[in-house]
Amino acid sequence: MTDLLEKFRPLAEAREALTQSSQDPFRVIIERILSPTEAIVNGHPMILAGTNNYLGLTFDPQCIQAAVQAVQEQGTGTTGSRMANGSFSGHLALEHELAEFFGRRWCNVFSTGYQANLGVIAALTGQGDVILIDADCHASIYDGCRMSGAEVIRFRHNDVADLCKRLARLGKRCANTLIIVEGLYSMFGDRAALREIAITKREYGAYLLVDEAHSLGVLGERGRGLAEEAGVEDSVDFVVGTFSKSLGAIGGYCVSDHPEVDLARYVSRPYIFTASPCPSIVASTRAALQKLRTEPALRVRLWDNARRLYDELKGLGFRLGPEPSPIIAARLGQKDETIAFWNGLLDQGVYVNMILPPAAPDGSSLLRCSVSAAHTPDQINRICRAFASVKAALSSDLTDCHGAIRS
Amino acid sequence: MALYDTILPRLYEILKPFAQEGQTLSDETELVADLDLDSMKVMEILLEVEERFDISIPLNVIPDVRTIRDFARQIEQLTEQK
Repeated sequence: MTDLLEKFRPLAEAREALTQSSQDPFRVIIERILSPTEAIVNGHPMILAGTNNYLGLTFDPQCIQAAVQAVQEQGTGTTGSRMANGSFSGHLALEHELAEFFGRRWCNVFSTGYQANLGVIAALTGQGDVILIDADCHASIYDGCRMSGAEVIRFRHNDVADLCKRLARLGKRCANTLIIVEGLYSMFGDRAALREIAITKREYGAYLLVDEAHSLGVLGERGRGLAEEAGVEDSVDFVVGTFSKSLGAIGGYCVSDHPEVDLARYVSRPYIFTASPCPSIVASTRAALQKLRTEPALRVRLWDNARRLYDELKGLGFRLGPEPSPIIAARLGQKDETIAFWNGLLDQGVYVNMILPPAAPDGSSLLRCSVSAAHTPDQINRICRAFASVKAALSSDLTDCHGAIRS
Repeated sequence: MALYDTILPRLYEILKPFAQEGQTLSDETELVADLDLDSMKVMEILLEVEERFDISIPLNVIPDVRTIRDFARQIEQLTEQK
């Protein structure tokens, strides 16, 4: 028999190997956060280009003021579940405001976005039901599926023909089937083919859940996400999302016209068995939602920045996702090259997310940027210049290396 | 010929590219231990098997599949349910 902790050995070796050639990406210390887009990291000023802070609201004076006032008036935490300790009026107000924003009848708020997926998926589906998920769905969706006990079937990423084929195989079971896709996929920033998926869902009589974690405040005329942009909100049964990206806090929600979402509170373990969102989070989220609704200029700035960065990086020859979006991932070759590139960017004062296998959908290595409305044109320029300069430095290293081998 | 016996050779054909050099596949071959398959490769194989046999394999059955025999039995069961 092997020791309980033996399973950690390969992980320890992998970390050791990584930290010999690189700063440990999991131990990047943000010593001082200066604004939504700047920080002091490991003693150096850094442009933050991997935060998912799409609307840049984390330092918004009104959001901060709302949070401060809530702490002073209601304390630092709720210290328990809404089921046991009761709901604060702020919880109900936030649920009401979200439902109204989405034009839906029901809303449940969760303590994190991760728990929103767990809580909603596991409450809606159980043994005997089927979940059809896009292969590139987020880990929280996979974990929610596992927790539900339903039969879980993947379809090829954004491949509507494959989805149709699998629905056809299910026959009468389609009425017990929940399809799950994302508005914007978190790694490559591509949209779900939602118009076609909505038609398919109606044709087969299944239910449809869209996770708008990365598309709330980013897509749609009013910022309601991809379902709004694609004009298919009527066909989407459940929308799940998070407060931790465009709303600059932490938490999650589900909105729907199905009254069962309200009943789901009584059976949703991730809703019941955890402390409810604290007053400051609820308050800053409500203020941020108000900003999202009343300041469409934020969305315009975000997209201007996103298109510029996408076009510039494409012009520099990087292999990017299929379409411009505030998530811009450069696909690099080998893992070692990606680690070297990420360190090079860090040295140039630019922080992005390094994604190594098996985290990216197709096992590739990525440098993932996320753009914010708060990035200035100068910051976007500096990010582009850093990519260009690291690329040039690494290509000359490669040339030197090849030269050395030849000689 | 029993359904299982028709599935096995087709499954060997799909798994052959993943075998180590000189390795002979049998129904007792273990997918992870003997073929050294990581999670990405398992997913790749699942898609290929689903295409060839025109079935959907629920992710839930994966923990019960250790050997090629287990895999073929699952395919047999899912094919019979069609």
